Amino acid sequence: MTNHWVDIKNADIVLIMGGNAAEAHPCGFKWVTEAKAHNKARLIVVDPRFTRSASVADVYAPIRTGTDIVFLGGVVSYLLANDKIQHEYVKNYTDFTFIVREDFAFTDGLYSGYNAEKHSYDKSTWDYEIGPDGFVKVDPSLAHPRCVYQLMKQHYARYTPEMVARVCGTPQEKFLQICEMMASTATPTRAMTMMYALGWTQHSVGSQMIRQGAMVQMLLGNIGVAGGGMNALRGHSNIQGLTDLGLMSNLLPGYINLPSENEQDYAKFIAARAFKPLRPNQLSYWQNLDKFVVSLMKAWWGDGATAENNWAYDYLPKLDKLYDMLQVFELMSQGKMNGFICQGFNPLAAAPNKAKMNLSLAKLKYLVVMDPLATETSEFWRNFGEHNDVDSARIQTEVFRLPTSCFAEEEGSLTNSSRWLQWHWKGAEPPGEARSDLRIMAEIFTRMRALYQNEGGTFADPILKLSWPYARPTDPTPQELAREFSGKALKDLADPKDPTKVTRKAGEQLAGFAELRNDGSTSSGCWIFCGAWGPTGNLMARRDNSDPTGIGQNINWAFAWPANRRVLYNRASCDPSGKPFNPDRALISWNGSAWGGADIPDFKVDEDPTHGMGPFIMNPEGVARFFARTNMAEGPFPEHYEPFETPLATNPLSPTEPRALNNPAARVFDDDRKAFGKPAQFPHAATTYRLTEHFHYWTKHVRLNAIIQPEQFVEIGDALAKDLGIASGDWVKVESNRGYIKAVAVVTKRLRALQVDGKTLHHVGIPIHWGFKGLAKPGFLANTLTPVVGDANSQTPEFKSFLVRVEKL
Amino acid sequence: MSDLELGPERRDAASPEHRGMILRYTAGERTNHWMVAMAFVLAALSGLALFHPALFGLSGLFGGGPWTRILHPFIGLAMLLAFLPFALRVGSENRMQPRDWAWLRQYRDVVMNREDRLPEVGRYNAGQKLVFYAIVLCLTGLLLSGVAIWRAYFSIYFPAVVVRWGAVLHALCALVLICTIIVHIYAAIWVKGSVEAMTRGRVTRGWAWKHHRAWFREIMTRAANSRPRPD
Amino acid sequence: MALQSLDIVRRSATTSRSPQIREPSGGREVAKLIDTTKCIGCKACQVACMEWNDLRDEIGTNIGQYQNPADLSANTWTLMRFAEVENSKGDLEWLIRKDGCMHCADPGCLKACPSPGAIVQYANGIVDFQEENCIGCGYCIAGCPFDIPRISKKDKKVYKCTLCSDRVAVGLEPACIKACPTGALVFGTKDDMKQHAAERIEDLKSRGFEQAGLYDPAGVGGTHVMYVLHHADQPHNYVDLPADPRISRAVLLWKGFSKPLGLAVMALTALAGFFHYIRVGPDETDASDEAAAHELAKRLEKAP
Repeated sequence: MTNHWVDIKNADIVLIMGGNAAEAHPCGFKWVTEAKAHNKARLIVVDPRFTRSASVADVYAPIRTGTDIVFLGGVVSYLLANDKIQHEYVKNYTDFTFIVREDFAFTDGLYSGYNAEKHSYDKSTWDYEIGPDGFVKVDPSLAHPRCVYQLMKQHYARYTPEMVARVCGTPQEKFLQICEMMASTATPTRAMTMMYALGWTQHSVGSQMIRQGAMVQMLLGNIGVAGGGMNALRGHSNIQGLTDLGLMSNLLPGYINLPSENEQDYAKFIAARAFKPLRPNQLSYWQNLDKFVVSLMKAWWGDGATAENNWAYDYLPKLDKLYDMLQVFELMSQGKMNGFICQGFNPLAAAPNKAKMNLSLAKLKYLVVMDPLATETSEFWRNFGEHNDVDSARIQTEVFRLPTSCFAEEEGSLTNSSRWLQWHWKGAEPPGEARSDLRIMAEIFTRMRALYQNEGGTFADPILKLSWPYARPTDPTPQELAREFSGKALKDLADPKDPTKVTRKAGEQLAGFAELRNDGSTSSGCWIFCGAWGPTGNLMARRDNSDPTGIGQNINWAFAWPANRRVLYNRASCDPSGKPFNPDRALISWNGSAWGGADIPDFKVDEDPTHGMGPFIMNPEGVARFFARTNMAEGPFPEHYEPFETPLATNPLSPTEPRALNNPAARVFDDDRKAFGKPAQFPHAATTYRLTEHFHYWTKHVRLNAIIQPEQFVEIGDALAKDLGIASGDWVKVESNRGYIKAVAVVTKRLRALQVDGKTLHHVGIPIHWGFKGLAKPGFLANTLTPVVGDANSQTPEFKSFLVRVEKL
Repeated sequence: MSDLELGPERRDAASPEHRGMILRYTAGERTNHWMVAMAFVLAALSGLALFHPALFGLSGLFGGGPWTRILHPFIGLAMLLAFLPFALRVGSENRMQPRDWAWLRQYRDVVMNREDRLPEVGRYNAGQKLVFYAIVLCLTGLLLSGVAIWRAYFSIYFPAVVVRWGAVLHALCALVLICTIIVHIYAAIWVKGSVEAMTRGRVTRGWAWKHHRAWFREIMTRAANSRPRPD
Repeated sequence: MALQSLDIVRRSATTSRSPQIREPSGGREVAKLIDTTKCIGCKACQVACMEWNDLRDEIGTNIGQYQNPADLSANTWTLMRFAEVENSKGDLEWLIRKDGCMHCADPGCLKACPSPGAIVQYANGIVDFQEENCIGCGYCIAGCPFDIPRISKKDKKVYKCTLCSDRVAVGLEPACIKACPTGALVFGTKDDMKQHAAERIEDLKSRGFEQAGLYDPAGVGGTHVMYVLHHADQPHNYVDLPADPRISRAVLLWKGFSKPLGLAVMALTALAGFFHYIRVGPDETDASDEAAAHELAKRLEKAP
């Protein structure tokens, strides 16, 4: 989230799209009801299904799954055409005025530089025009035909209300009503929040859907303000912490990209990421990258990281390609990966195409499962009848199950969607032989280290020299790790302005990332978390919910990264002179000598606004980007591409270009491409989702949850049910090109037939949550049906749009 | 089956050795009657315990509230089962005849003990016949409504409105039945000799002649015909 | 869970008055307000109820709807019911209602109960079952205008929502209220809840729900569980919420004047007999009757 849960109460309009907050985040959803009750907010829900969120919405509009870019592109078009944008904001805080290179082009759904064989782009033309001064050329009059504003206007002119109705199946009058409501927040005193979740991320064009939402918010001036923002509702209580700490295969902690294999040189690695400002007097905060990286390497390798060895840069892996989940299981299916440690992860259920998962896991020599529960993955080899029809005798994988404690049985910090690191305390002892993940990992590491010590091995240094300073090496405490990721001074730190003064003594915890240095005198395991355990102690454990301003920023509750800021880009809540756009919901303001207010300024605190520094300090432009430059795989502006399994024959937005039917930049493995189904055989659009009664595949093991939602079902619109002669409570078979599930049919008016491109289209709703382990009635894993293709940027699998056929049993 | 068929007992009863007494109820009939009577008393007491708070103390006789609730319907069924053979035995004797209507019209003579003014009465008088019909009707009503309000097994199959009105009907039938039985018991006390009839089985010829003359006539005729003629 | 007996103002099957010495002052009556317009049907209330009261229903099956378990039971005292209704504008509405005991001011269950003290009403308005006094007859089930009480197969006692009388007695809110994430469930004095409802209704009217209103049906004297409805004119749309619930005439007849009247009729019948005996006397058979009988018998023997 750019903002946070409590801040949603400040919204005037709430858009829930690509998510179902009431269903999946009922506790967070309370802030929507607060906004409605105390701020007269209006709630808009756009979803293929009339969801629990829709049940309390002021306006609901149906949409065909996977077409959100058309809808939002239509909104962008509406806002531009009707001049419903916040002019002062877009002119000063976005790249509206920036001029793009002349050779940049977009034709028939494809951007310049496309390589059809490699399914990727040469992105060199996707950039600004740079002037002789080294800065981007701009045209404040916005008249230049290649300024971002003009390009964008031209790009989205195709996204008319008629096109929205034709592609999305959304009734035009609903679409226009929603446009009008959103447009009401173009005034500085009104704000809209956007709440989304896996309904946007789990698409082959998921990242671009989110970008498109952000573009709407920027046009309306809703980023950086109270009650605004792009708010990703994270699913797992600590999934935000997972990405923050760099558990993605291509990330280091704090959103630093791992080097690729052609980046063997440390200085070049830093230079490629420490962006120089693209406009005069911009902060471009990533210029401090080397301080973050050196402090990280000191945290990891301690004395083993020195200036002489480039801070142990050679110890870092250099990627030849992404090793995301889909890649990993592809390698496994090819027999190229034969050992797998599966920690807090149930991939048999959570990765797409269960049949492929079964085959892949069966090719492993060993599988280690660390989990509090007996997961499906840990018993992938066992025959559970139709629900897991495998021949156990032919599976040779050796499976080790290491029972772990669950979150309530240990202490530590969890990072929520609001970016708050909240310390929590142990509620109970773990049962039986269960041990904490920390202890298991430490035991594995110390034993491996001993083997390297005693027997030697290839490239042993990264392991032998790893800093392991814990009081009990086989059982590090959460406190020790928290202090480590927050960071401390390794030497006395001198004040740069007055070297005789020591600002921080050796061994002291650091107050924030501003104290980090690139000379090895500081360590911090995750620069954005720096200060969470500061000199005054564990700020994550703070529980002061006082709210002196009444707008719910609660800055003494826990710790929000970065630097305890609650609303990111909050400088953008003020006009260029430093006055709040909306004095009633002021986050910060310039008092003549410093920035301050209800929130921690996300800005240089003493920067005089007259100097023109932009509020988006992480961007070298200093402003927000409509034009993504080379940062996205598919192109600088979000463009609609059909799901890989689409009911349509052509992309209505680029009907003459077959290569633009689906995401042209998506990576699809050959075997997976063959497994895609066609609409002739599989005529119904399907989507998977979660129910409020359950959490993933965990709570079917819990009696209370099993009681309130005991048995697998699929949702079918009453029109389709009538066609197929299905009544509520009947059993149906839902089949895709990859497999089938059988479940009880819930026939509902909430899934209505849509008119798409002149034809009637039915959706089939497939809640996940059931499997062959647990207390709930046994069922099929929903991923039996889903295709293997990821978002082209994040490789998040497509779980939301695919094709199936339904038949009555 | 009728008391006119002369078994060994009957022959004894009609013979002078038995002091001229007539057998009105066989041992089987008496047993049956008292089974019904006992079941009725228990059903009435347990039912009244649930009918009015003031009588809830009666549930103590049955081991408390839950036991009262458990036992009452089974006692009711027992009464019904016991009554069935009894009704079959005496049913045919309880058909209303023209003289019964005349008897009823002269109810003033009935209650004032002026039997000499009444038409001759068969084995049962019209009052007794009305009691019989009242019992049959009430037991039918009690059975039907009782099933509907029998929560442990059957209420689930009936809509609430049926259960509600079932309870009303059950109470109404029970009320009518209890009042009928009070009348029945009083009549036995009032008409001397009746209690003996149902406890020891025999009545005197005078009793039969006075209260059920047509029946007496019938018995005597039948007895005369069956006796071997002196040659 | 008996509260102090002075708090019990009404007992089932009790003809004398319960303690009335305490003077109910303003705001003594409590109420739960269920705002169906804020409810998202998450069932947190169902789980909280099961947890607080240590209830575990069966892990059932899906019968083609979101509602689970399929119905209220002795182990499920509250249940989300879901209805899909198209409004006059052609827009779909998913009306979700938390079902459970309404804690009527004039409770039909209490009226119908034959067991003294098995159902009581506290001064704060909560209607509570005292299972140790319950005889399992199920009359309360027939007495309830909302079809709420359920009999247990295990012990043949009847159960329903207690409005967490045990929690309320010590100043806590009911468990469901504590668990509700959206504030759709609120608890307080009945006056405060009516006030809160009025504010909610004003907000709903501003959103185009002209018929928004409070459900506090007068037919049962008002309830201590009330609903805010978007369409107070169409309560039946909320999965058969009765428009004008009343204690059935059958129950009133059965448990009202028919009780004393019935007893009186029986007593009068017996008395009539007694005084007939006193006034008219027994109908006896004497020697003349025996002689007449003998006479007749002889005649019949001679002339067969």
